[in-house]
Amino acid sequence: MRYRALAVLGGALALAACSTTGGSRPAKSAKASDASGEAPYASTYRAYPGAPTALVGATVYDGAGGRIDKGTVLFAGGKVVAVGGPDLPVPSGYTKIDGRGKFVTPGVIDIHSHLGDYPTPSVEAHSDGNEATSPTTPEVWAEHSVWPQDPGFSRALANGGVTSLQILPGSANLMGGRTVTLKNVASRTVQGMKFPGAPYGMKMACGENPKRVYGGKGRAPSTRMGNFAVNRQTWIDAKEYAAKGSSADREKRDLAKDTLAGVLDGDILIHNHCYRADEMALVMDMAKEFGYKVSAFHHAVESYKIGDLLKENGVCSAIWADWYGFKMESYDGIPENAALLQQAGACVVIHSDDENGIQRLNQEAAKAQAAGRRMGVEISDAEVVSWITLNPAKAMGIDAMTGSLAEGKMADVVLWNGNPLSVYSRPEKVWIDGALMYDSGDPKRRPVSDFELGQPGEGDVK
Amino acid sequence: MNRLLKLPLLALSAALAAQAVPAAAQDFIILNAKLAIGDGSEPIDNGMVEVRDGKIVAAGPMPSGAPFETGTVYDAKGAWVTPGIFAAITDLGLVDVGGVDESNDTRAGKSPFNIALDVSTAINPAAQDIGVSRAGGVTRASVSPLPGNSIFAGQGAIIDLGADPDAVTMPRAFQMVILGEGGARLAGGSRVAANVALRNALREASEFASGTWESEAALLTRADVAALVPVIRGEQKLYIYVERAADIRAVLAMRSEFPKLVMVLVGASEGWMVADALAAANVPVIAEALDDLPAKFEQLAATQSNVGRMVAAGVRVAIGGMTGTEQPRNAVQYAGNLVALSKVPRASGLSWGQALASITSVPASISGLGGKLGSLTPGAAGDVVIWDGDPLELSSAPLLVFIDGVEQPVDNHQTRLRERYRDLDESDLPKAYD
Repeated sequence: MRYRALAVLGGALALAACSTTGGSRPAKSAKASDASGEAPYASTYRAYPGAPTALVGATVYDGAGGRIDKGTVLFAGGKVVAVGGPDLPVPSGYTKIDGRGKFVTPGVIDIHSHLGDYPTPSVEAHSDGNEATSPTTPEVWAEHSVWPQDPGFSRALANGGVTSLQILPGSANLMGGRTVTLKNVASRTVQGMKFPGAPYGMKMACGENPKRVYGGKGRAPSTRMGNFAVNRQTWIDAKEYAAKGSSADREKRDLAKDTLAGVLDGDILIHNHCYRADEMALVMDMAKEFGYKVSAFHHAVESYKIGDLLKENGVCSAIWADWYGFKMESYDGIPENAALLQQAGACVVIHSDDENGIQRLNQEAAKAQAAGRRMGVEISDAEVVSWITLNPAKAMGIDAMTGSLAEGKMADVVLWNGNPLSVYSRPEKVWIDGALMYDSGDPKRRPVSDFELGQPGEGDVK
Repeated sequence: MNRLLKLPLLALSAALAAQAVPAAAQDFIILNAKLAIGDGSEPIDNGMVEVRDGKIVAAGPMPSGAPFETGTVYDAKGAWVTPGIFAAITDLGLVDVGGVDESNDTRAGKSPFNIALDVSTAINPAAQDIGVSRAGGVTRASVSPLPGNSIFAGQGAIIDLGADPDAVTMPRAFQMVILGEGGARLAGGSRVAANVALRNALREASEFASGTWESEAALLTRADVAALVPVIRGEQKLYIYVERAADIRAVLAMRSEFPKLVMVLVGASEGWMVADALAAANVPVIAEALDDLPAKFEQLAATQSNVGRMVAAGVRVAIGGMTGTEQPRNAVQYAGNLVALSKVPRASGLSWGQALASITSVPASISGLGGKLGSLTPGAAGDVVIWDGDPLELSSAPLLVFIDGVEQPVDNHQTRLRERYRDLDESDLPKAYD
C-alpha cells in the first residue's frame, strides 16, 4: 500500500490517490457531450489584475525545450507579450524585475492530482475521489467532489510553482468519471477555478485496483481479464448510444454514456491509470478496437519497456521519478523510466498523484534527468522542464493556451530563486494569467484556506 | 586489485599496496576529498579519511608529508565524501512489496503480542529495498514495526545495509508507542483511553520488575510485560509517535511520573510550537522534513520550517519516516530541501552541515550510537560514501559505498532492469535472454 511515512505509524490510511485505489485522466473541450449544448457548471474563473511586467536577466526555460540566458520575458494583459534575449527592449510602462541569478519557467502543471477530491485534513468525511459502488462510473464528475478550500492548493502554488492541475477521480473503478482541469487560483467555488476552455478528461484504470475493489465485493471484475470484459461491453453499449449522432439526437439522456460518447467523439481525453507494460499494450489495442485514443498512461512505471509502442501510438506516460514497490504492479519501477522514454522519442510527463509530491515536481524531474545521465542518456535542463510544463499541457489539451512561454499564451510564470532543477531552489514569485498570486517576499501575497483561519500556523510559511 | 576499475567516473589514481587487501574489511585512505564529517560542520576541501579494520581512524584536512601505511589509496580528486546515510524510521528488510500482505512483516494486527514483537528477528538482508537504498548511499537505518492492535507497536532495531547475512547492528534498540489520533484509535477510541493504556502498561512493567505482577489481574501478556521492563528501567528507548503540540506537552509531563524513561519523539509536526520545552527536556525528535499540510487535525500547524525552528531552539532533530514511497534513498533530497529553506524569507531551514547531520550523526546519536555510527570520527564504523557531486543535490549519486570498511555492491533488481531495457532490440532473441 502507498502510505505516508511517519503518518502510517499513527494509522494513516492511503485514502487518496490512484496508486492505491485506481486512476485515469482528462478530456478535451469544455463543451463536450452535454445534451443542452451549453456547458453546465461552466467556468467562472477570471484572471486577477496584473501589471505589465518584464523579467530581465534570468535564465529562461521556455517549457518547449528552449533556453535563453540573460533572457527577457514580457507579459501584460494576462498574456505573454514577448520572450527574448538581453536585446529585447522593455516597453515603457512595464514593471522591471531583476532576474539576474534567477530562473524563469512557465507555471508548473500537474496532470495528476487529487487536491480537492481527497483534500486535507484526510478524514473519511473528505474521501470524495472514488465512487466505488460500480466498476464503471463515467457519469461522475470530479468537479462535483472538489473542495476549493483544500489547503493543499496553496502549498502546490508556493512550494511547487503549480499554476494548472488536473483533478481526477481515483482508480477504484475501471472508468472513474470525468476529470477537471483547474487554474491554481483560490476561489469560493470550483467553477471559479475551472480552467476556461480546457477539455474534459475521463479517468480509466487498469490492473490491481478495480479487480481488487470489485472482486472483494464478489462481483466483476475480479481478474484482469474481467477488467477488459467489463470495459469492452461498456464501450460496445456506448458506441450504440454515440451512433445516434449529435447529443440532441440522443433522446433519452444517459450521463454515463454522454461521457463515453464524448470520448468516442474525440472531445474527452482518456487518462488511463496503468502500471504494467503488457497491460498498456492491451489498452492501446482496446482503444483501437473502439475508436478512441489514450492521451496518457498515468503511473506508468513500466513504460520504459515499451517506449517504441508508446511513441508509435502517440501516448504520453505520466510518471513519478522513482516510486516503486509499494504494490505488485509497481515492482519494476526504475528511476531511468523517464530518460529511457525520452530516448525512445516518447512523451514524458512527471506527475505527482500526491499532495506532497505536487510541491516538488521540479525536483522529481531533476532526479529522473540525473538517473538518465548516469546511464549515458543526456537530456538538457530545458527539455526536462517541458516534462512538467508543455508536455502535461499537451496531454491535457491545454497546450494552445498555456504550458510554454510563447507570445499570446497565458502568462502563467514562475520566477525561481535558483535553477529549478536544483534541490536548493524555490519559487520566488508566481504569476497566473499575469496576476501575481504568490510572492515569497510578501506574507500577504499567498493564499490561506478558510480551513486554516484561526488555526495554529495560520499564514505561516508552510 | 586495480582501483581504477572500481571508480571509473572518478578517474582515480590508485596507489596499490604491497600487502593483499583483506577479503572483508579493507584498509584504505581517501585523499583529496571534499570532506563532510557529518557532525554538523561544513565540508572542507582537501580532506582525507582513513579506514582500518573497518573503523574510521582519521578524517580531516590532509596531513602533509607522512606516508600512509594503508593498503589502498583512493584519490577522490575533489569528489564529495561523507559518512553513510542513516535513515531513521524505515521498514527496510521487513517488506518485499508494501501492498502484498504476505511479503510485508511491518505489522501483526492479529497477534496476541505487541510490546514483545521484535523486528530484528525478521530482517531480510536480501530485500530489494535494502539493495536499492544501499545504492543510494544509505548504510544504516532504524527499522520500526507498525502498530497492530495496541498502542505498542513493538521493538525496533538498528541495521546495516551491507550485502552480507548479518544485518542487525542493534536489536531491540527501542520500543515504539503510538499516541495522538492513532493511539486513540488503537486504544479503543480516545486519547483518554490511550493515556490509561500507556500508564497501565508502565505500571504493570514496574510490578513485573519488582516481582509483584499478577498475571490474573493483568492486561498485558507475560511476554509483553517482560519486554517493557527495559523501557521503565531506562535501558531501552521509548519512541513515542505524537504530532500535536498539546500531545507533546502531555508526553513531556510524563517524565516527572516516570523519570527513567528515555524518550524520543517521532513525528512532532507541531514540535516547533513547543520547541523550547523540548530543548529544555533534552528530548530528541525524529521528524519528517517536509510535512506542511494539515493531513490530520493533530497536524494543523505543520510546516517545512518545523525542523529548522526546533534545531534553532536547541532540539536534537533527525529526519526520518522513510517508508513506502518516501524512500530512504531520498533522505538526501529531504535534507537538501531544508537547506533550500534558508533562502526563503521567513522560513527556517538548516545549514548544509546541519542538514547532513540530520541524516547521519544525529539519527545515530538519537539511536544511542553516537560516535559509533553516522560520522567520520575516529572509532566510528567505516561507513563511507564517495559521491559524484554534492550529496544533497538532486543530480548526485554515490560512486562507492563502504559499510564497516567493506566496499558494497550497488546492483539490484532496478539496475538489472535498466540494463535489460537500455535498448528495445529483440532482433536476435527476446528480452528475456538479455
